[in-house]
Amino acid sequence: MTPRVSIQTEDFDLSAEVAALRAQDAGVGAVAAFVGTVRDRNDGAGVSAMELEHYPGMTEKAIEAMIDEAMRRFEVRAARVIHRVGPLLPKDQIVLVAVTSAHRGDAFQACEFLMDYLKTQAPFWKKEQTPAGARWVDARVQDDAAAARWGLRSDNTGGAS
Amino acid sequence: MTTVRVRYFASIREALGPGETLELPAGATVGAARDALIARGGAHAQALARGRALRSALNQALCDESVALSEGAELAFFPPVTGG
Repeated sequence: MTPRVSIQTEDFDLSAEVAALRAQDAGVGAVAAFVGTVRDRNDGAGVSAMELEHYPGMTEKAIEAMIDEAMRRFEVRAARVIHRVGPLLPKDQIVLVAVTSAHRGDAFQACEFLMDYLKTQAPFWKKEQTPAGARWVDARVQDDAAAARWGLRSDNTGGAS
Repeated sequence: MTTVRVRYFASIREALGPGETLELPAGATVGAARDALIARGGAHAQALARGRALRSALNQALCDESVALSEGAELAFFPPVTGG
């Protein structure tokens, strides 16, 4: 059986992942999927490459817990999350969140919920190469706000103490 | 005494290395561990400084600094996360 969560350096195939999610389940009436990709600009600077670091072990546990929470909140039949780590280039795929449900409302909501949750609570860090040198990407307050819409306690950018 | 394994990630790892072992009085909290590391001065004081946005995880789950440490625990400090 396909795992729910994969952290990998390799690329992924959206069609193949969605097909696998649907294959054994004729009750699926809706599939929502999000793919995040590397932009060639961020915070006013050109980005020529990126390196993604994570916390092995915690990352998988955190995302598994997020999927459990999505299944408590929404009528989700299956979910799949793939997040790449290591070196990436502009246009590369970074992350896939795919959700199946009987109806579209739950699929859309669960997919967005998982992305908002992952953005603020999963231990990944991006370092990007710009003309001025390498820099760690700053967390965005908008991501905390997006997580807060779901009632998630999110102080990712705050944290100062 | 309580011995914990401390791990660092991203910019904190670049400043302090991948991690270290830390001994603290029994019942110490995550915040006390951070303070003990800051008290070493130098790169530790800078990377873990109060006022810097820093997140912590105990045994691979996000936690706040009031949580008490247990013997052999894995404690991690890292900057705000930026995945997705």
